[in-house]
Amino acid sequence: MTQSHASAPDHGPTSFWTKYVFSQDHKVIGIQFMFVSFFFMLIGGFLAMMIRWQLAYPDRALPGGSLFPSSVLEEGHITPPVYNQIFTMHGTIMIFFVIIPMLTGAFGNYLIPLMIGARDMAFPKLNMLSYWVLVPSAFVILSSFFVPLGPAAAGWTNYPPLSYDPQWTGVGIGHTLWLVALLMSGTSSIMGSLNYITTIVNMRAPGMSFFRMPLTIWALFVTAILQLMATPVLASVLGMLLLDRTVGTHFFAPAGGGHVILWQHLFWFYSHPAVYIMILPAMGFVSDIISTFSRKPIFGYHAMAYSIMGIAGLGFIVWGHHMFQSGMNPTLGTSFMMSTMLIAVPSAIKTFNWLGTLWRGTIHFTTAMLNAMAFVSMFIIGGLSGIFMASTPVDIFIHDTYFIVAHLHYVLFGGSMFGIFASVHYWFPKMFGRMMSERWGKVHFVLTFIAYNLTFFPMHLLGMGGMMRRIYDPTQYDFLKPLQPMNIFVSMSAFTLGLVQLIFMLNFLISLFRGKKVDRNPWRANSLEWAAPSPPGHGNFETIPTVYRGPYEFSSPESKEDYLPQDVPSALPAGAPAGVH
Amino acid sequence: MFVWLPEVASTYGPRIDHLFYIILALTGGSMILTEACLFWFAWKYRHREGRRAHYTHGNKTIEAVWTVIPAGILVMLTFMSKSVWDLVKHTNPPSDVNLLITASQFNWEVRYPGSDGKLDTPDDVVLNNEMHVPLGRPTHIMLRSKDVIHSFFLPNMRVKQDVVPGLTIPIWFEPTKAGNYEIGCAELCGFGHYTMHGILTVHPAEEYKAWLEQAEKEAGPQAAPAADEGPA
Repeated sequence: MTQSHASAPDHGPTSFWTKYVFSQDHKVIGIQFMFVSFFFMLIGGFLAMMIRWQLAYPDRALPGGSLFPSSVLEEGHITPPVYNQIFTMHGTIMIFFVIIPMLTGAFGNYLIPLMIGARDMAFPKLNMLSYWVLVPSAFVILSSFFVPLGPAAAGWTNYPPLSYDPQWTGVGIGHTLWLVALLMSGTSSIMGSLNYITTIVNMRAPGMSFFRMPLTIWALFVTAILQLMATPVLASVLGMLLLDRTVGTHFFAPAGGGHVILWQHLFWFYSHPAVYIMILPAMGFVSDIISTFSRKPIFGYHAMAYSIMGIAGLGFIVWGHHMFQSGMNPTLGTSFMMSTMLIAVPSAIKTFNWLGTLWRGTIHFTTAMLNAMAFVSMFIIGGLSGIFMASTPVDIFIHDTYFIVAHLHYVLFGGSMFGIFASVHYWFPKMFGRMMSERWGKVHFVLTFIAYNLTFFPMHLLGMGGMMRRIYDPTQYDFLKPLQPMNIFVSMSAFTLGLVQLIFMLNFLISLFRGKKVDRNPWRANSLEWAAPSPPGHGNFETIPTVYRGPYEFSSPESKEDYLPQDVPSALPAGAPAGVH
Repeated sequence: MFVWLPEVASTYGPRIDHLFYIILALTGGSMILTEACLFWFAWKYRHREGRRAHYTHGNKTIEAVWTVIPAGILVMLTFMSKSVWDLVKHTNPPSDVNLLITASQFNWEVRYPGSDGKLDTPDDVVLNNEMHVPLGRPTHIMLRSKDVIHSFFLPNMRVKQDVVPGLTIPIWFEPTKAGNYEIGCAELCGFGHYTMHGILTVHPAEEYKAWLEQAEKEAGPQAAPAADEGPA
């Protein structure tokens, strides 16, 4: 519990190493996760640009390609094996080293103790360890670029037997390193989620009942449970493949009595919930941001919390929708279709409640709000396009086409990434005590929004035209040739999208040092993190706040101001009607 | 430039397409409605000095309505999908066109039973990346893989099925238009994945018969496939 620190909030570590490197302070750890994610975002983004270059101009050398060693690019040309490595690493890095560490690692760590009114995580040393397992994992995955025969090349889903035997891919130790890196990052996730669950259950400030928690905390809480239950399954399957590759077991090799589809079941049992690990936290953050900048309570708070739980619960029984065409029994396909269709219901509830929150609000278009609204707008498209794959017969045609690529990027870029942009702009003042430039933030937002839609929307059309995923050169097929101008258009938009992200990076870095200084609560928000100084010192709060109400009391008749923080006692005399929560 | 679904040429293809367009209409309609709401609210309720937001925590009735309506639509889609899925996967129209396709890096081996009507015998007709079927008769295919997972993709027939080492997976389709169509591989199967390209020719019935006779003559007696060549 927090009492042990209660009287000494500022007596934190003083040495540089214990304060900034091997820190046990959840805020420093959160920011460390954030910087790792940013670093990998650059690499993942660069790989995406290479993919798009190849698809637009299958015959042309990569500009600047001659700078690469000839073992990687032949006279500047991306070769088919290298192409497979590029998209494999793009997917792996973006999922396991950008989005998950950013949403749960960075924001989870930073926000949980602050928003529930605790001084730190329940297990600060375990927390530090969760970061210091991710760092070596990052080194392992990066090192795989430099080993003989290069990094993994079997797609981020890594289906055996392709991933099982080096003779099929032409990749050697790179694949083993991929498995080791993911095992390590999974270990980091497990440690983090244990910490989050324990902290949220045990360390809430007085008065902070479960249904007074901000939706950000609900989302992170449910995500942590999801992670804790799903990640060990991934670990088991990675371990099995590692044994297959190194000591000659045959879990996945039919020749030795193994079963190929076993991997897919176990992999998707983790990786489907992982899709929600990558969107649920963003849903929570966006809910808080939309409520704050509409100056209105969130519409249907309880429904929002329950639908987070509903999505997570259903998330565990839908993994088979990735396997409709895998050779799994078609009767199972029907049951997985039913559960998958069901999951659209809580998603629809969330969308309508966000709209309900905007309705009759007074909307302030800050950069954070614009990105949050873009999240909603893009999640609508990404969610709806999921219904096509949920329908088993329609999935026959669009499975493994660019329609899927469009859908997953609408959810993961349009969803997770806009959620991340919104959250970085929203919580930056708390993290660093300074503002990010609103002007450059808006320039970045507008350009990103346009370039992003021009990149990913046409991919639906490519998929409907039948263009398969993961093919090196679509012009090999006559029926895909008419789509080539669209491929070029998509690539142009993608290059713009990539370039525009530099504005965000620069804005972030410059604002760290030059941003306008702020006080505790620049957005006039209600949740507890805004009751702490900006940035909060060691131990977060001068005194642990007491919570009197839910986090969304905006424009309440109880207060003259249009906000009423959770830790401020009511201004009205006792007996007056209180807030709903 | 064509951007819609490729030309459809199988019996169940139009039913899949029909379902696709129903979902497109429903999701397209929902998208326009919700996005329009979002933009309209953003405009109408933008911050103006002196106006205070409406204080409400929600409305249970409205929430129930917008939960039940999508749920109803999704249940309907599930039932519609199930009937088409059953047609594709659970029916088995009788036919005498039976072939065996064996996938390997990066080749589709297409095997026809010769005059003895049995597969895996010396008089089989074996083609690579080339497939011939008669118009208007169901074609039955057994799919096998020698090495990794491939995915047998006939875009115009609306056929896609993963080909899995260790399994023999039966599929069928009935072509409705004669002509040449492309075969692709839809599952990443290694560096030559994109070259795993074949041609399907749909012949009118008489022409097919003539082709098969000619092919059998040309093939002549062949060695039976070695026992260890394909997984059982």
